[in-house]
Amino acid sequence: MERSWQRWLIRFGVFIVMAIICVPGLWIVMTAFRDNVEVMARPPVWIPERWTLDNFRAILGLSENQQGIPVVRYFLNSVVISVTSTVLAVLIGMMGGYAFARYRFKGKNVAFLWLMLSRTVPGISLSLPVFMIWSRVGLIDTDFGVILVYLALNIPFTIWLIDGFFRQIPLSLSEAAQVDGCTRWQAFWKIEFPLAKSGIASAGIFAFLTSWNEFALASQLTRTTASKTLPVGLMDFTAQFTVDWTGMCAMAVIIIVPALILTFIVQKHLIAGLTFGGVKG
Amino acid sequence: MAEVRLEKLVKSYGKVGVVHGIDLTIAHNEFVVLVGPSGCGKSTTLRMIAGLEEISGGTISIGDRVVNDLAPRERNISMVFQNYALYPHMTVKENLGFSLKIAKQDTATIEKRVAEAAEILGLTPLLERTPGELSGGQRQRVAMGRAIVRHPDVFLFDEPLSNLDAKLRGQMRVEIKKLHQKVKTTIVYVTHDQVEAMTLADRIVIMKDGHIEQVGTPAEVFEKPKNTFVASFIGSPPMNLLDATVATEAGRKIAKLNDGVTLALPAAAAEKVTDGQTVTIGFRAEAFSPVGYGLYGDNEVATIERTIILPEPLGTETLLYTELGGKEVQGKMLNPRFVKPGEQLTFNLDLSRLHVFDKASGMSVLV
Repeated sequence: MERSWQRWLIRFGVFIVMAIICVPGLWIVMTAFRDNVEVMARPPVWIPERWTLDNFRAILGLSENQQGIPVVRYFLNSVVISVTSTVLAVLIGMMGGYAFARYRFKGKNVAFLWLMLSRTVPGISLSLPVFMIWSRVGLIDTDFGVILVYLALNIPFTIWLIDGFFRQIPLSLSEAAQVDGCTRWQAFWKIEFPLAKSGIASAGIFAFLTSWNEFALASQLTRTTASKTLPVGLMDFTAQFTVDWTGMCAMAVIIIVPALILTFIVQKHLIAGLTFGGVKG
Repeated sequence: MAEVRLEKLVKSYGKVGVVHGIDLTIAHNEFVVLVGPSGCGKSTTLRMIAGLEEISGGTISIGDRVVNDLAPRERNISMVFQNYALYPHMTVKENLGFSLKIAKQDTATIEKRVAEAAEILGLTPLLERTPGELSGGQRQRVAMGRAIVRHPDVFLFDEPLSNLDAKLRGQMRVEIKKLHQKVKTTIVYVTHDQVEAMTLADRIVIMKDGHIEQVGTPAEVFEKPKNTFVASFIGSPPMNLLDATVATEAGRKIAKLNDGVTLALPAAAAEKVTDGQTVTIGFRAEAFSPVGYGLYGDNEVATIERTIILPEPLGTETLLYTELGGKEVQGKMLNPRFVKPGEQLTFNLDLSRLHVFDKASGMSVLV
């Protein structure tokens, strides 16, 4: 009796938590497909009465009565910045993670500690110094400037995660490969890399999602369509006295969908990466 | 021809020496076992031969090449690791063929050599499995198969059986021995298990603290241990070692044990000791048996009455724990009968099988 009572309590708790997490997201998606008038309706209309794509047409500049927002441009900026910073963060993470996992060198522990400590600093607290330095060297409103900042955010994490994966691979595998005729480089690519692949993939998806969703720093460092990313572009919907909620939500959907698709593709690796991270000392 | 020659081989990590200038020549097709307690430098020595560990001093040559600065892949060796080190993402077949693929052999050759190796080791039905789907003994065989497909000059084994249970270890030991008979190659084998060393080796190299203590055939190191370390390391149970003082009695050299028991020394040893010298007397359990339960032939024996502390029946023989010279010693009873703790038995100690070591240096007086 008591068992089932406890189980229902747990289920109820899970339901509440999931609702808190999911309902706003669901609300965004529904709002993206509803009429503007429904948004402000009181009492609120939960399920849209009429599903419409007008909001998407509007922000993409396909309807004549509203001025478009350069969504495509923002999208491209986001892709360039996220993909470049992810690829670089994973490459550097692989090199760094391998070095920390496999080599003994002076100051290794201190270096690792500093890398990890850098993650304890909230990124936003660095926005002012970064802004000042970037404006001096002319990196404000450039893709490169944003990429650089995202690399700094992501690299400690990718190194930490990938280091853990390489640590799990017995050293003797690479030694066996070397005895079997491989150079150290071949031993890495043919043996160690395939075995650490899921870790590297999960490091990649984490890095990508961080860059893709990041708002605070990007909003400081970007100014125009030259480098504005999608999350920053959301601010275009707020005017002095009004907020175009439906347009904003439509754009939010555009931001969510690629991240969602990517997450589904690498889901298997992601779970491996997460559970692994959980047991690692 | 692949003779392996180690000359003044040294390994140190910073100031900490691990291997202190060892010299060893391993003949073509010889099966040499490096044995010793953990930390004696045997694995390090093997890894230096493999090229996985840098050499701090001296030279290693394989055949007529000095290989000091060659990468592992250039030494034409193969190695079986303690944890097998099979590539988990490849099938057994791919594991076996990996080295040939790296060497860019054509597919037909790879197929043929893999099939050969699989045949020798009975792996043919397992070729499509991955290492995760194999038992410990099967993994061990795949690791050996991976080593033999390459037709290397030298096989290196790094404690290959220590991860197996006792029964499987016995089986694999036999398989390794058979493998050496089929695939004639120089083998260097590292183990901490003296039974493995005794059963497998053509020659045993006993190491301690980075030095070689003795090199010899299993019979030599068993029967003529150079020092007390070898005496106590080789053989099971370990040799009984008792402190004694040399004296002369009725014109013969005798050793007087701490509890007053005197033992006449064998002629060869007697010549090498002087009165008053403190020595360590060694004898194996099989030289110390109850009257009628040992093999003495016409050898001279010392007859000693003892109380049994503990009998340890092993089936075909019984180990008897008793006390001599103030220390616990082990005797052995062949074709045993039931023995109770506390029972009084008369033992014969075969004096011709006494070993005499100088106490201070630990070296056999015969050396």
